[in-house]
Amino acid sequence: MAKRASIVLIGLCALVLGSGVAFMTLGLRGNLAFVLELRGIRLCALIVVGVAIGVSTVLFQTVTRNRILTPSIMGLDALFVLGQTTLVFVLGGLGFSSLDPRLTFAGEIGLLMVLALALFLPMLRAQMDMGMLLLVGVVLGVLFRSLTSLIARLIDPNDFAVAQQASFASFNDLEPNLLALSAVLTMLGAIVAWRMRHELDVISLGADAAIGLGIAWRSAVTGILILVAALVAVSTALVGPVAFLGLIAVALGERMIDTRRHGVLLPTVALVAVAILVCGQILFQHMLGSASALGVVVEFVGGIVFLALLLAGVRR
Amino acid sequence: MIDIRNVSLSHGGTRVLDDISLTVPKGGVTALVGPNGAGKSSLLSLIARLQPLQDGQITVDGLPVGKTPSRQLAKTLAVLRQDPAIGSRLRVGELVALGRFPHHRGRPGPEDRRIVAETLDEFDLATLADKFVETLSGGQRQRVLVAMTFCQGTDYVLLDEPLNNLDMYHARQLMRYVRRVADEKTRTIVIIVHEINYAAAYADHIVAMKSGRLEAHGPTAEVLGPAMLKQVFGYEMSVLKGQSPLVAHY
Ligand SMILES: Nc1ncnc2c1ncn2[C@@H]1O[C@H](COP(=O)(O)OP(=O)(O)OP(=O)(O)O)[C@@H](O)[C@H]1O
Ligand SMILES: [Mg+2]
Repeated sequence: MAKRASIVLIGLCALVLGSGVAFMTLGLRGNLAFVLELRGIRLCALIVVGVAIGVSTVLFQTVTRNRILTPSIMGLDALFVLGQTTLVFVLGGLGFSSLDPRLTFAGEIGLLMVLALALFLPMLRAQMDMGMLLLVGVVLGVLFRSLTSLIARLIDPNDFAVAQQASFASFNDLEPNLLALSAVLTMLGAIVAWRMRHELDVISLGADAAIGLGIAWRSAVTGILILVAALVAVSTALVGPVAFLGLIAVALGERMIDTRRHGVLLPTVALVAVAILVCGQILFQHMLGSASALGVVVEFVGGIVFLALLLAGVRR
Repeated sequence: MIDIRNVSLSHGGTRVLDDISLTVPKGGVTALVGPNGAGKSSLLSLIARLQPLQDGQITVDGLPVGKTPSRQLAKTLAVLRQDPAIGSRLRVGELVALGRFPHHRGRPGPEDRRIVAETLDEFDLATLADKFVETLSGGQRQRVLVAMTFCQGTDYVLLDEPLNNLDMYHARQLMRYVRRVADEKTRTIVIIVHEINYAAAYADHIVAMKSGRLEAHGPTAEVLGPAMLKQVFGYEMSVLKGQSPLVAHY
């Protein structure tokens, strides 16, 4: 079993490296330095987003004890967009744009952390089952999205353009000035998650068993939710909401290694998510000729995987 | 010793436990009996800090529950809940090995591996070690959970209806194991059972509860009699005295 996991991990590393090289070098034309720099930034962003989405999805599934729900299905990224739109509303489009984007980003992350805790901690304490959580998630998602569009109607059209940029998944117009900060945050988050891998195995047994085995459940879960919020904020700020990428990455990754042990699961899922993004981007940029379609395709395939998982009755 | 002082518990205005004071002596098997809804599981989960204490104090081996770090208590006390839903996609071997977590925090040593292997053997699970827990039968899963609880190797073990789903053979095996562990390793085991004859045969002490109150407690031979059984369960049953163990006909 350990052997299988190492083979999968090595294979995934090779795939990510290979696709990274292909991403940088395929069809190079024009001003080399400029193109390489542009692609380098983009590649970094894809890696950061992949790791953030992969790790946050695994963590979220572990604390909610199921294998279908992801932070975005539960409306976390919609909540982030709502926070962003609200900020634009309060500050005005000009005020928003004139602030240091890193400052507003920090504010948005903090806001998301607080809201995520306020929403999910009570739900986890009540030990809701999956059906109930799913229902709550759908309702919350609709609520946040309609609140967002309500606020969008209230702000004036010029400001609206500022807000709207945030609410679509796009792998092309990234926010490069947030990239460094996002990369640092994601790396820290991944390190924290990795160091918690053994605790996570225990937490996945559920609150009672985890407490019995000496986990300080409340504080551990609070910490994990904060981490999830930060990672969701990072990926949403960089490329907008991508609802189903985490779901595909976990479903694929778990099938490859056939275990739920976090020491293996976390790196596998992160690598799978990065590989999907980088390979997908190459495919659409160079072969299918419409780079903007990746988000749509990820959502489409992800939606089908989601339905398949539901129908196959993966209840936990 | 588990010391319970004036413990009360309410859920939404209804009293579930009413001013319970009780001392469970160190070493030996204590059986907790009583009808459905008596508050047995609630008392057990308070002792095991699975829900916060509302009123009163509990100490386990001198450690005050609620004030002692969960991590430290996990080396003294292990608990198996009634119907725990283990939702994780883990193999039997991996799950039982997690019982050692309080001792090694993720880095098992040779001693931990030895204990896991022994426990798997003890509970007839060695052949199932590579199966996923979710693919087991109800009784097999119950044995895995009991094995995991004992694997924790604590001086105090709380078991909430561990005989659920077990066939007669494995139920007897488990009670004999409990007895042996209590005798050889002088551990303290509190076990909730509905089958009163198991309590009669294997327990040193009996604690009887009804409607959130303590009805009787003491050494098995003294406490277990027709009067107590009628008081707690509400109907006459005859107890064959003079033979060991006592046998209740119900
Ligand atoms: N979370 C809760 N909310 C409300 N009431 C509860 C809760 N947990 C337990 N109760 C109530 O407390 C009482 C005692 O429950 P408990 O589970 O301790 O009984 P028990 O003695 O273990 O019964 P059984 O033999 O059926 O397992 C019951 O009346 C139950 O309805
Ligand atoms: Mg009970």
